[in-house]
Amino acid sequence: MSNIWSRWPARIVVGILAGSFFLFIGVPLVALLLREPPALLWATMQQPEVRQALELSFLTTSISTFLTVLFGLPVAFVLARMQFRGRSLLETLVTLPIVFPPVVAGVALLLTFGRFGLVGRYLLPLGITIPFTTLAVIMAQMFVSSPFFINTAKAGLEQLDKRYEQAAYTLRASPFYTFRRVVLPLIRPALLSGIGLAWARALGELGATITFAGSFPGVTQTMPVAVYIAAESDLDTAVALSVVLLAVSFGLLLALRLGRERLVG
Amino acid sequence: MRHSQRALLLFILLCTLFLAACGSTTTSTTSTVTPTPSPSPNTLNVFAAASLTGSFTAIAAKYQQAHPNVVIKLNFAGSQILEQQIANGAAADVFASADLANMTKVSDAGLVGVSQVFAKNRLTVITPASNPGHINTLHDLANKGVKVDIAAPTVPAGKYSLQVLAKMALSPQYGPAYVKAVKANFVSLETDVKAVVTKVQLGEVDAGYVYVTDAAAAKDKVTMIPIPDIYNVIAQYPIAVTKGSTHASDAQAFMQYIFSKDGQDVLQQYGFIAINP
Repeated sequence: MSNIWSRWPARIVVGILAGSFFLFIGVPLVALLLREPPALLWATMQQPEVRQALELSFLTTSISTFLTVLFGLPVAFVLARMQFRGRSLLETLVTLPIVFPPVVAGVALLLTFGRFGLVGRYLLPLGITIPFTTLAVIMAQMFVSSPFFINTAKAGLEQLDKRYEQAAYTLRASPFYTFRRVVLPLIRPALLSGIGLAWARALGELGATITFAGSFPGVTQTMPVAVYIAAESDLDTAVALSVVLLAVSFGLLLALRLGRERLVG
Repeated sequence: MRHSQRALLLFILLCTLFLAACGSTTTSTTSTVTPTPSPSPNTLNVFAAASLTGSFTAIAAKYQQAHPNVVIKLNFAGSQILEQQIANGAAADVFASADLANMTKVSDAGLVGVSQVFAKNRLTVITPASNPGHINTLHDLANKGVKVDIAAPTVPAGKYSLQVLAKMALSPQYGPAYVKAVKANFVSLETDVKAVVTKVQLGEVDAGYVYVTDAAAAKDKVTMIPIPDIYNVIAQYPIAVTKGSTHASDAQAFMQYIFSKDGQDVLQQYGFIAINP
Protein backbone atom coordinates (compact mmCIF):
# COMPACT_ATOMS: atom_id res chain seq x y z
CA MET A 1 0.00 0.00 0.00
CA SER A 2 2.72 2.46 0.97
CA ASN A 3 4.60 1.26 -2.07
CA ILE A 4 1.99 2.44 -4.55
CA TRP A 5 1.26 5.59 -2.56
CA SER A 6 4.89 6.78 -2.83
CA ARG A 7 4.68 6.82 -6.63
CA TRP A 8 3.78 10.07 -8.32
CA PRO A 9 1.09 8.84 -10.79
CA ALA A 10 -0.98 7.51 -7.91
CA ARG A 11 -0.72 10.79 -6.06
CA ILE A 12 -1.68 12.79 -9.12
CA VAL A 13 -4.67 10.63 -10.01
CA VAL A 14 -5.98 10.54 -6.46
CA GLY A 15 -5.39 14.27 -6.20
CA ILE A 16 -7.30 15.00 -9.41
CA LEU A 17 -10.22 12.71 -8.57
CA ALA A 18 -10.56 13.92 -4.99
CA GLY A 19 -9.95 17.55 -5.94
CA SER A 20 -12.58 17.57 -8.66
CA PHE A 21 -15.06 16.02 -6.24
CA PHE A 22 -14.43 18.71 -3.63
CA LEU A 23 -15.06 21.28 -6.36
CA PHE A 24 -18.22 19.46 -7.46
CA ILE A 25 -19.65 19.79 -3.94
CA GLY A 26 -18.01 23.08 -3.00
CA VAL A 27 -18.63 25.28 -6.04
CA PRO A 28 -22.47 25.08 -5.88
CA LEU A 29 -22.26 26.13 -2.22
CA VAL A 30 -20.04 29.07 -3.14
CA ALA A 31 -22.46 29.93 -5.96
CA LEU A 32 -25.26 30.21 -3.38
CA LEU A 33 -23.11 32.38 -1.13
CA LEU A 34 -22.05 34.68 -3.95
CA ARG A 35 -25.56 35.25 -5.25
CA GLU A 36 -26.77 37.29 -2.31
CA PRO A 37 -25.07 40.29 -0.71
CA PRO A 38 -24.21 39.74 2.99
CA ALA A 39 -26.56 42.58 3.97
CA LEU A 40 -29.54 40.62 2.59
CA LEU A 41 -28.41 37.49 4.45
CA TRP A 42 -28.24 39.46 7.67
CA ALA A 43 -31.65 41.05 7.05
CA THR A 44 -33.13 37.63 6.31
CA MET A 45 -31.83 36.20 9.55
CA GLN A 46 -33.43 39.06 11.50
CA GLN A 47 -36.92 38.33 10.16
CA PRO A 48 -39.17 36.89 12.88
CA GLU A 49 -40.63 34.22 10.54
CA VAL A 50 -37.12 32.98 9.71
CA ARG A 51 -36.18 32.82 13.37
CA GLN A 52 -39.41 30.95 14.04
CA ALA A 53 -38.69 28.41 11.28
CA LEU A 54 -35.10 28.01 12.44
CA GLU A 55 -36.18 27.47 16.05
CA LEU A 56 -38.81 24.96 14.99
CA SER A 57 -36.26 23.09 12.86
CA PHE A 58 -33.81 23.02 15.74
CA LEU A 59 -36.42 21.81 18.24
CA THR A 60 -37.96 19.12 16.01
CA THR A 61 -34.65 17.72 14.75
CA SER A 62 -33.28 17.55 18.31
CA ILE A 63 -36.31 15.58 19.49
CA SER A 64 -36.45 13.35 16.42
CA THR A 65 -32.73 12.53 16.67
CA PHE A 66 -33.10 11.74 20.38
CA LEU A 67 -36.05 9.44 19.67
CA THR A 68 -34.18 7.84 16.77
CA VAL A 69 -31.33 6.97 19.14
CA LEU A 70 -33.73 5.76 21.83
CA PHE A 71 -35.57 3.37 19.52
CA GLY A 72 -32.82 2.81 16.97
CA LEU A 73 -30.08 1.60 19.33
CA PRO A 74 -32.06 -1.50 20.45
CA VAL A 75 -32.92 -2.15 16.78
CA ALA A 76 -29.24 -1.94 15.81
CA PHE A 77 -28.33 -4.23 18.72
CA VAL A 78 -30.92 -6.84 17.80
CA LEU A 79 -29.88 -6.81 14.14
CA ALA A 80 -26.13 -6.91 14.88
CA ARG A 81 -26.06 -9.44 17.68
CA MET A 82 -28.99 -11.81 17.40
CA GLN A 83 -29.46 -14.62 14.95
CA PHE A 84 -33.05 -15.39 14.03
CA ARG A 85 -35.17 -16.16 11.00
CA GLY A 86 -36.23 -13.11 9.03
CA ARG A 87 -33.32 -10.98 10.23
CA SER A 88 -32.30 -9.95 6.71
CA LEU A 89 -35.93 -9.09 6.02
CA LEU A 90 -35.97 -6.73 9.02
CA GLU A 91 -32.57 -5.30 8.01
CA THR A 92 -33.95 -4.46 4.59
CA LEU A 93 -37.11 -3.01 6.14
CA VAL A 94 -35.27 -0.51 8.36
CA THR A 95 -33.13 0.63 5.41
CA LEU A 96 -36.11 1.09 3.09
CA PRO A 97 -37.01 4.67 4.13
CA ILE A 98 -33.81 5.83 2.39
CA VAL A 99 -35.25 4.68 -0.94
CA PHE A 100 -38.77 6.03 -0.37
CA PRO A 101 -39.42 9.24 -2.27
CA PRO A 102 -40.12 11.51 0.74
CA VAL A 103 -43.56 12.53 -0.54
CA VAL A 104 -44.53 8.85 -0.68
CA ALA A 105 -43.25 8.45 2.87
CA GLY A 106 -45.56 11.33 3.82
CA VAL A 107 -48.56 9.73 2.12
CA ALA A 108 -47.76 6.41 3.83
CA LEU A 109 -47.69 8.18 7.19
CA LEU A 110 -51.03 9.89 6.40
CA LEU A 111 -52.58 6.54 5.45
CA THR A 112 -51.37 5.18 8.80
CA PHE A 113 -51.72 8.03 11.28
CA GLY A 114 -54.21 10.25 9.45
CA ARG A 115 -57.78 10.66 10.64
CA PHE A 116 -58.92 7.75 8.48
CA GLY A 117 -55.59 5.90 8.60
CA LEU A 118 -55.03 2.33 9.77
CA VAL A 119 -53.93 3.50 13.22
CA GLY A 120 -55.27 7.06 13.20
CA ARG A 121 -58.94 6.00 13.09
CA TYR A 122 -58.55 4.42 16.52
CA LEU A 123 -56.79 7.49 17.90
CA LEU A 124 -59.54 9.85 16.69
CA PRO A 125 -62.15 8.78 19.31
CA LEU A 126 -59.48 9.42 21.96
CA GLY A 127 -59.24 12.98 20.69
CA ILE A 128 -55.79 12.48 19.19
CA THR A 129 -55.10 13.76 15.67
CA ILE A 130 -51.51 13.74 14.49
CA PRO A 131 -51.40 15.41 11.02
CA PHE A 132 -50.69 19.17 10.99
CA THR A 133 -49.05 19.05 14.43
CA THR A 134 -45.42 19.49 15.47
CA LEU A 135 -45.50 15.80 16.45
CA ALA A 136 -46.17 14.95 12.80
CA VAL A 137 -43.04 16.90 11.81
CA ILE A 138 -40.99 14.89 14.31
CA MET A 139 -42.46 11.60 13.08
CA ALA A 140 -41.77 12.46 9.43
CA GLN A 141 -38.18 13.31 10.32
CA MET A 142 -37.73 10.08 12.28
CA PHE A 143 -39.19 8.03 9.45
CA VAL A 144 -36.73 9.28 6.84
CA SER A 145 -33.63 9.76 9.01
CA SER A 146 -33.57 6.66 11.27
CA PRO A 147 -31.90 4.33 8.70
CA PHE A 148 -28.81 6.53 8.74
CA PHE A 149 -28.40 6.08 12.49
CA ILE A 150 -29.40 2.42 12.67
CA ASN A 151 -27.08 1.30 9.89
CA THR A 152 -24.09 3.19 11.26
CA ALA A 153 -24.69 1.94 14.83
CA LYS A 154 -25.16 -1.62 13.54
CA ALA A 155 -21.87 -1.46 11.61
CA GLY A 156 -20.12 -0.22 14.77
CA LEU A 157 -21.56 -3.11 16.81
CA GLU A 158 -20.64 -5.68 14.16
CA GLN A 159 -17.04 -4.52 14.07
CA LEU A 160 -16.70 -4.60 17.85
CA ASP A 161 -14.65 -7.52 19.15
CA LYS A 162 -16.98 -9.66 21.24
CA ARG A 163 -14.12 -10.66 23.56
CA TYR A 164 -14.41 -7.32 25.38
CA GLU A 165 -17.93 -8.17 26.42
CA GLN A 166 -16.98 -11.74 27.26
CA ALA A 167 -14.20 -10.43 29.47
CA ALA A 168 -16.71 -8.24 31.27
CA TYR A 169 -19.07 -11.18 31.75
CA THR A 170 -16.25 -13.30 33.27
CA LEU A 171 -15.90 -10.52 35.80
CA ARG A 172 -19.60 -10.96 36.60
CA ALA A 173 -20.78 -7.75 35.03
CA SER A 174 -24.51 -7.72 34.22
CA PRO A 175 -25.52 -7.46 30.52
CA PHE A 176 -26.87 -3.96 31.08
CA TYR A 177 -23.72 -2.83 32.91
CA THR A 178 -21.56 -4.37 30.17
CA PHE A 179 -23.55 -2.59 27.48
CA ARG A 180 -23.38 0.76 29.25
CA ARG A 181 -19.78 0.66 30.45
CA VAL A 182 -18.05 -1.49 27.81
CA VAL A 183 -19.99 -1.59 24.54
CA LEU A 184 -21.29 1.98 24.38
CA PRO A 185 -17.92 3.69 24.98
CA LEU A 186 -16.27 1.45 22.38
CA ILE A 187 -18.82 2.19 19.65
CA ARG A 188 -19.15 5.88 20.55
CA PRO A 189 -17.46 7.10 17.34
CA ALA A 190 -19.91 5.10 15.23
CA LEU A 191 -22.84 6.38 17.31
CA LEU A 192 -21.73 9.99 16.96
CA SER A 193 -21.34 9.74 13.22
CA GLY A 194 -24.73 8.01 13.00
CA ILE A 195 -26.30 10.77 15.08
CA GLY A 196 -24.69 13.37 12.81
CA LEU A 197 -26.01 11.72 9.65
CA ALA A 198 -29.52 11.19 11.00
CA TRP A 199 -29.70 14.70 12.39
CA ALA A 200 -28.51 16.21 9.11
CA ARG A 201 -31.05 14.22 7.12
CA ALA A 202 -33.83 15.30 9.51
CA LEU A 203 -32.80 18.94 9.20
CA GLY A 204 -33.07 18.86 5.42
CA GLU A 205 -36.37 16.94 5.44
CA LEU A 206 -38.99 18.47 3.16
CA GLY A 207 -41.24 16.08 1.19
CA ALA A 208 -42.55 13.90 3.99
CA THR A 209 -43.03 16.91 6.27
CA ILE A 210 -45.04 18.88 3.70
CA THR A 211 -47.27 15.89 2.97
CA PHE A 212 -47.80 14.55 6.48
CA ALA A 213 -47.50 17.67 8.62
CA GLY A 214 -48.34 20.44 6.16
CA SER A 215 -46.88 23.89 6.47
CA PHE A 216 -48.00 26.35 9.10
CA PRO A 217 -45.66 29.02 10.51
CA GLY A 218 -44.54 28.20 14.04
CA VAL A 219 -46.25 24.81 14.11
CA THR A 220 -45.08 22.76 11.13
CA GLN A 221 -43.19 25.16 8.88
CA THR A 222 -39.55 24.08 9.25
CA MET A 223 -36.64 25.77 7.48
CA PRO A 224 -36.68 23.57 4.34
CA VAL A 225 -40.45 24.12 3.99
CA ALA A 226 -39.97 27.87 4.40
CA VAL A 227 -37.24 27.78 1.74
CA TYR A 228 -39.49 25.87 -0.63
CA ILE A 229 -42.41 28.25 -0.17
CA ALA A 230 -40.18 31.31 -0.47
CA ALA A 231 -38.69 29.95 -3.71
CA GLU A 232 -42.15 30.10 -5.24
CA SER A 233 -42.36 33.85 -5.09
CA ASP A 234 -38.90 35.19 -4.44
CA LEU A 235 -35.73 33.29 -5.26
CA ASP A 236 -33.51 35.77 -3.41
CA THR A 237 -35.23 35.17 -0.08
CA ALA A 238 -35.12 31.42 -0.71
CA VAL A 239 -31.38 31.51 -1.40
CA ALA A 240 -30.77 33.67 1.68
CA LEU A 241 -32.79 31.23 3.80
CA SER A 242 -30.84 28.29 2.37
CA VAL A 243 -27.54 29.95 3.19
CA VAL A 244 -28.68 30.46 6.79
CA LEU A 245 -29.77 26.82 7.00
CA LEU A 246 -26.50 25.62 5.48
CA ALA A 247 -24.39 27.76 7.80
CA VAL A 248 -26.18 26.43 10.88
CA SER A 249 -25.93 22.81 9.66
CA PHE A 250 -22.28 23.21 8.74
CA GLY A 251 -21.46 24.55 12.18
CA LEU A 252 -23.29 21.76 14.00
CA LEU A 253 -21.90 18.97 11.81
CA LEU A 254 -18.40 20.36 12.22
CA ALA A 255 -18.86 20.52 16.00
CA LEU A 256 -19.99 16.87 16.06
CA ARG A 257 -17.01 15.85 13.94
CA LEU A 258 -14.52 17.71 16.10
CA GLY A 259 -16.09 16.20 19.20
CA ARG A 260 -15.71 12.77 17.67
CA GLU A 261 -12.08 13.36 16.73
CA ARG A 262 -11.28 14.42 20.28
CA LEU A 263 -12.82 11.18 21.56
CA VAL A 264 -10.94 9.02 19.09
CA GLY A 265 -7.65 10.88 19.19
CA MET B 1 2.47 -5.93 -11.51
CA ARG B 2 3.74 -2.45 -10.85
CA HIS B 3 3.52 -1.65 -14.55
CA SER B 4 -0.07 -2.80 -14.81
CA GLN B 5 -1.05 -0.63 -11.83
CA ARG B 6 0.57 2.41 -13.34
CA ALA B 7 -1.07 1.67 -16.68
CA LEU B 8 -4.46 1.40 -15.01
CA LEU B 9 -4.05 4.73 -13.26
CA LEU B 10 -2.96 6.44 -16.45
CA PHE B 11 -5.92 4.86 -18.22
CA ILE B 12 -8.31 6.34 -15.64
CA LEU B 13 -6.63 9.71 -16.04
CA LEU B 14 -7.01 9.58 -19.82
CA CYS B 15 -10.64 8.54 -19.50
CA THR B 16 -11.34 11.54 -17.28
CA LEU B 17 -9.72 13.91 -19.74
CA PHE B 18 -11.56 12.26 -22.63
CA LEU B 19 -14.92 12.64 -20.88
CA ALA B 20 -14.16 16.24 -20.11
CA ALA B 21 -13.36 16.84 -23.77
CA CYS B 22 -16.51 15.03 -24.86
CA GLY B 23 -18.63 17.20 -22.59
CA SER B 24 -17.40 20.39 -24.17
CA THR B 25 -17.72 19.17 -27.78
CA THR B 26 -21.30 17.94 -27.38
CA THR B 27 -22.50 21.24 -26.00
CA SER B 28 -20.91 23.15 -28.87
CA THR B 29 -22.33 20.82 -31.53
CA THR B 30 -25.89 20.95 -30.22
CA SER B 31 -25.93 24.72 -30.31
CA THR B 32 -24.88 24.75 -33.97
CA VAL B 33 -27.17 21.92 -35.05
CA THR B 34 -30.53 22.94 -33.60
CA PRO B 35 -31.43 25.88 -35.89
CA THR B 36 -31.07 23.81 -39.09
CA PRO B 37 -34.35 22.18 -40.18
CA SER B 38 -34.51 18.39 -39.93
CA PRO B 39 -36.93 15.81 -41.35
CA SER B 40 -37.54 14.36 -37.86
CA PRO B 41 -40.61 15.72 -36.00
CA ASN B 42 -40.26 19.09 -34.32
CA THR B 43 -40.41 18.98 -30.54
CA LEU B 44 -42.43 21.70 -28.86
CA ASN B 45 -41.67 22.24 -25.18
CA VAL B 46 -44.86 23.51 -23.59
CA PHE B 47 -44.50 24.85 -20.03
CA ALA B 48 -47.95 24.89 -18.44
CA ALA B 49 -49.31 25.68 -14.96
CA ALA B 50 -50.07 22.68 -12.72
CA SER B 51 -53.81 23.40 -12.89
CA LEU B 52 -53.68 22.81 -16.68
CA THR B 53 -52.38 19.23 -16.28
CA GLY B 54 -55.55 17.42 -17.38
CA SER B 55 -56.73 19.80 -20.08
CA PHE B 56 -53.35 20.38 -21.75
CA THR B 57 -52.56 16.65 -21.80
CA ALA B 58 -55.84 16.10 -23.66
CA ILE B 59 -55.29 19.05 -26.01
CA ALA B 60 -51.72 17.97 -26.80
CA ALA B 61 -52.88 14.42 -27.63
CA LYS B 62 -55.54 15.77 -30.02
CA TYR B 63 -53.11 18.20 -31.61
CA GLN B 64 -50.44 15.58 -32.21
CA GLN B 65 -52.97 13.33 -33.93
CA ALA B 66 -53.77 16.11 -36.38
CA HIS B 67 -50.11 17.20 -36.75
CA PRO B 68 -47.85 14.13 -36.92
CA ASN B 69 -44.79 16.31 -37.60
CA VAL B 70 -44.99 17.84 -34.12
CA VAL B 71 -44.14 16.18 -30.80
CA ILE B 72 -45.38 18.07 -27.76
CA LYS B 73 -43.48 17.75 -24.51
CA LEU B 74 -45.43 19.06 -21.54
CA ASN B 75 -43.79 20.40 -18.42
CA PHE B 76 -46.27 21.03 -15.59
CA ALA B 77 -45.38 22.91 -12.41
CA GLY B 78 -46.51 25.91 -10.38
CA SER B 79 -46.49 29.01 -12.62
CA GLN B 80 -43.89 30.65 -10.39
CA ILE B 81 -41.55 27.66 -10.83
CA LEU B 82 -42.02 27.69 -14.62
CA GLU B 83 -41.35 31.44 -14.63
CA GLN B 84 -38.03 30.82 -12.86
CA GLN B 85 -37.12 27.96 -15.19
CA ILE B 86 -37.70 30.17 -18.24
CA ALA B 87 -35.86 33.12 -16.63
CA ASN B 88 -32.90 30.79 -16.03
CA GLY B 89 -32.71 29.68 -19.65
CA ALA B 90 -34.92 26.57 -19.87
CA ALA B 91 -35.72 25.63 -23.49
CA ALA B 92 -39.44 26.45 -23.55
CA ASP B 93 -41.41 27.17 -26.73
CA VAL B 94 -44.78 28.00 -25.16
CA PHE B 95 -45.58 29.27 -21.66
CA ALA B 96 -49.10 29.00 -20.22
CA SER B 97 -49.38 30.63 -16.79
CA ALA B 98 -52.13 30.41 -14.17
CA ASP B 99 -51.87 34.12 -13.44
CA LEU B 100 -50.99 37.37 -15.14
CA ALA B 101 -48.23 38.19 -12.61
CA ASN B 102 -45.85 35.43 -13.70
CA MET B 103 -46.49 36.13 -17.38
CA THR B 104 -45.73 39.80 -16.76
CA LYS B 105 -42.43 38.82 -15.14
CA VAL B 106 -41.16 36.88 -18.18
CA SER B 107 -42.65 39.46 -20.52
CA ASP B 108 -40.85 42.32 -18.72
CA ALA B 109 -37.63 40.31 -18.98
CA GLY B 110 -38.13 40.19 -22.76
CA LEU B 111 -38.39 36.41 -22.82
CA VAL B 112 -41.82 36.01 -24.46
CA GLY B 113 -43.81 37.59 -27.26
CA VAL B 114 -47.33 39.00 -26.94
CA SER B 115 -49.46 37.07 -24.42
CA GLN B 116 -53.20 36.48 -24.58
CA VAL B 117 -55.72 35.17 -22.04
CA PHE B 118 -57.02 31.80 -23.28
CA ALA B 119 -59.10 30.58 -20.32
CA LYS B 120 -60.50 31.62 -16.98
CA ASN B 121 -60.89 29.76 -13.75
CA ARG B 122 -62.51 30.49 -10.41
CA LEU B 123 -62.34 29.22 -6.89
CA THR B 124 -64.58 26.89 -4.96
CA VAL B 125 -64.60 25.29 -1.53
CA ILE B 126 -64.46 21.50 -1.51
CA THR B 127 -65.10 18.99 1.26
CA PRO B 128 -64.36 15.25 1.37
CA ALA B 129 -67.33 13.24 0.01
CA SER B 130 -67.80 11.80 3.52
CA ASN B 131 -67.91 15.36 4.89
CA PRO B 132 -66.39 14.65 8.32
CA GLY B 133 -66.56 18.31 9.37
CA HIS B 134 -70.29 18.66 8.50
CA ILE B 135 -69.62 21.56 6.15
CA ASN B 136 -72.76 22.37 4.16
CA THR B 137 -72.46 26.11 3.61
CA LEU B 138 -69.63 28.61 3.50
CA HIS B 139 -70.77 29.77 6.97
CA ASP B 140 -69.80 26.36 8.41
CA LEU B 141 -66.13 27.05 7.62
CA ALA B 142 -66.09 29.40 10.61
CA ASN B 143 -67.25 26.71 13.05
CA LYS B 144 -64.82 26.01 15.85
CA GLY B 145 -62.47 23.06 15.30
CA VAL B 146 -63.04 22.79 11.54
CA LYS B 147 -59.83 22.05 9.63
CA VAL B 148 -59.43 24.27 6.57
CA ASP B 149 -56.61 23.88 4.03
CA ILE B 150 -55.43 26.59 1.66
CA ALA B 151 -52.50 27.16 -0.72
CA ALA B 152 -49.70 29.42 0.53
CA PRO B 153 -50.12 33.16 -0.25
CA THR B 154 -47.10 32.94 -2.60
CA VAL B 155 -48.97 30.48 -4.85
CA PRO B 156 -51.59 32.06 -7.19
CA ALA B 157 -54.37 29.82 -5.79
CA GLY B 158 -53.51 30.92 -2.25
CA LYS B 159 -53.39 34.57 -3.25
CA TYR B 160 -56.85 34.31 -4.86
CA SER B 161 -58.26 32.46 -1.83
CA LEU B 162 -57.18 35.31 0.43
CA GLN B 163 -58.73 37.80 -2.02
CA VAL B 164 -62.03 35.92 -1.77
CA LEU B 165 -61.87 36.14 2.02
CA ALA B 166 -61.01 39.84 1.83
CA LYS B 167 -64.14 40.44 -0.26
CA MET B 168 -66.23 38.43 2.21
CA ALA B 169 -64.86 40.49 5.10
CA LEU B 170 -66.32 43.61 3.47
CA SER B 171 -69.77 42.09 2.96
CA PRO B 172 -72.59 42.44 5.52
CA GLN B 173 -73.49 38.75 5.11
CA TYR B 174 -70.12 37.45 6.33
CA GLY B 175 -68.03 40.31 7.76
CA PRO B 176 -64.58 40.46 9.39
CA ALA B 177 -65.49 38.19 12.34
CA TYR B 178 -66.34 35.37 9.92
CA VAL B 179 -63.07 35.77 8.03
CA LYS B 180 -61.11 35.86 11.27
CA ALA B 181 -62.74 32.61 12.41
CA VAL B 182 -62.06 30.92 9.07
CA LYS B 183 -58.42 32.00 9.13
CA ALA B 184 -58.07 30.60 12.66
CA ASN B 185 -59.14 27.24 11.21
CA PHE B 186 -56.30 27.11 8.66
CA VAL B 187 -54.18 24.06 9.45
CA SER B 188 -51.67 24.42 6.63
CA LEU B 189 -50.49 26.69 3.84
CA GLU B 190 -49.75 24.25 1.04
CA THR B 191 -47.03 24.62 -1.57
CA ASP B 192 -49.46 24.10 -4.44
CA VAL B 193 -53.19 23.76 -5.01
CA LYS B 194 -52.94 20.03 -5.82
CA ALA B 195 -51.66 19.41 -2.26
CA VAL B 196 -54.90 20.96 -0.95
CA VAL B 197 -56.92 18.60 -3.17
CA THR B 198 -54.89 15.59 -1.92
CA LYS B 199 -55.52 16.43 1.72
CA VAL B 200 -59.24 16.93 1.14
CA GLN B 201 -59.44 13.66 -0.82
CA LEU B 202 -57.71 11.77 2.00
CA GLY B 203 -60.15 13.34 4.47
CA GLU B 204 -57.34 14.84 6.54
CA VAL B 205 -58.95 18.28 6.37
CA ASP B 206 -62.63 19.22 6.45
CA ALA B 207 -62.49 21.73 3.61
CA GLY B 208 -60.13 23.44 1.23
CA TYR B 209 -60.02 26.33 -1.25
CA VAL B 210 -59.20 25.10 -4.78
CA TYR B 211 -59.94 25.91 -8.42
CA VAL B 212 -63.23 24.70 -9.90
CA THR B 213 -61.11 22.69 -12.36
CA ASP B 214 -59.44 20.77 -9.51
CA ALA B 215 -62.84 20.01 -8.01
CA ALA B 216 -64.06 18.80 -11.43
CA ALA B 217 -61.04 16.47 -11.74
CA ALA B 218 -61.73 14.90 -8.33
CA LYS B 219 -65.53 15.03 -8.44
CA ASP B 220 -66.04 11.44 -7.20
CA LYS B 221 -64.16 12.08 -4.00
CA VAL B 222 -65.05 15.66 -3.12
CA THR B 223 -68.16 17.80 -2.81
CA MET B 224 -68.19 21.36 -4.11
CA ILE B 225 -69.55 24.31 -2.16
CA PRO B 226 -69.65 27.11 -4.75
CA ILE B 227 -68.37 30.57 -3.91
CA PRO B 228 -70.86 33.18 -5.24
CA ASP B 229 -69.56 35.33 -8.12
CA ILE B 230 -69.67 38.52 -6.05
CA TYR B 231 -66.95 37.17 -3.76
CA ASN B 232 -65.17 34.98 -6.28
CA VAL B 233 -61.93 35.84 -8.02
CA ILE B 234 -61.62 35.06 -11.70
CA ALA B 235 -58.16 33.69 -12.46
CA GLN B 236 -56.95 34.58 -15.95
CA TYR B 237 -54.68 32.15 -17.82
CA PRO B 238 -52.40 33.86 -20.35
CA ILE B 239 -50.31 32.04 -22.98
CA ALA B 240 -47.35 33.20 -25.06
CA VAL B 241 -44.66 31.92 -27.41
CA THR B 242 -41.14 32.42 -26.04
CA LYS B 243 -38.67 34.62 -27.89
CA GLY B 244 -36.06 31.83 -27.68
CA SER B 245 -38.33 29.28 -29.37
CA THR B 246 -36.54 27.30 -32.09
CA HIS B 247 -39.88 26.32 -33.66
CA ALA B 248 -41.75 29.61 -33.43
CA SER B 249 -44.21 28.90 -36.26
CA ASP B 250 -45.17 25.50 -34.79
CA ALA B 251 -45.50 27.11 -31.38
CA GLN B 252 -47.73 29.83 -32.84
CA ALA B 253 -49.90 27.19 -34.55
CA PHE B 254 -50.30 25.26 -31.28
CA MET B 255 -51.26 28.47 -29.50
CA GLN B 256 -53.91 29.21 -32.16
CA TYR B 257 -55.28 25.68 -31.69
CA ILE B 258 -55.87 26.44 -28.02
CA PHE B 259 -57.99 29.44 -29.01
CA SER B 260 -59.90 27.37 -31.62
CA LYS B 261 -63.28 25.80 -30.84
CA ASP B 262 -61.67 22.35 -30.39
CA GLY B 263 -59.18 23.66 -27.85
CA GLN B 264 -61.76 25.73 -25.97
CA ASP B 265 -64.17 22.75 -25.84
CA VAL B 266 -61.54 20.62 -24.10
CA LEU B 267 -60.81 23.41 -21.62
CA GLN B 268 -64.53 23.69 -20.85
CA GLN B 269 -64.77 19.94 -20.28
CA TYR B 270 -62.14 20.36 -17.58
CA GLY B 271 -64.12 23.08 -15.83
CA PHE B 272 -62.50 26.21 -17.26
CA ILE B 273 -64.50 29.21 -18.39
CA ALA B 274 -63.92 29.47 -22.15
CA ILE B 275 -62.96 32.74 -23.83
CA ASN B 276 -65.55 34.07 -26.27
CA PRO B 277 -63.74 35.39 -29.30
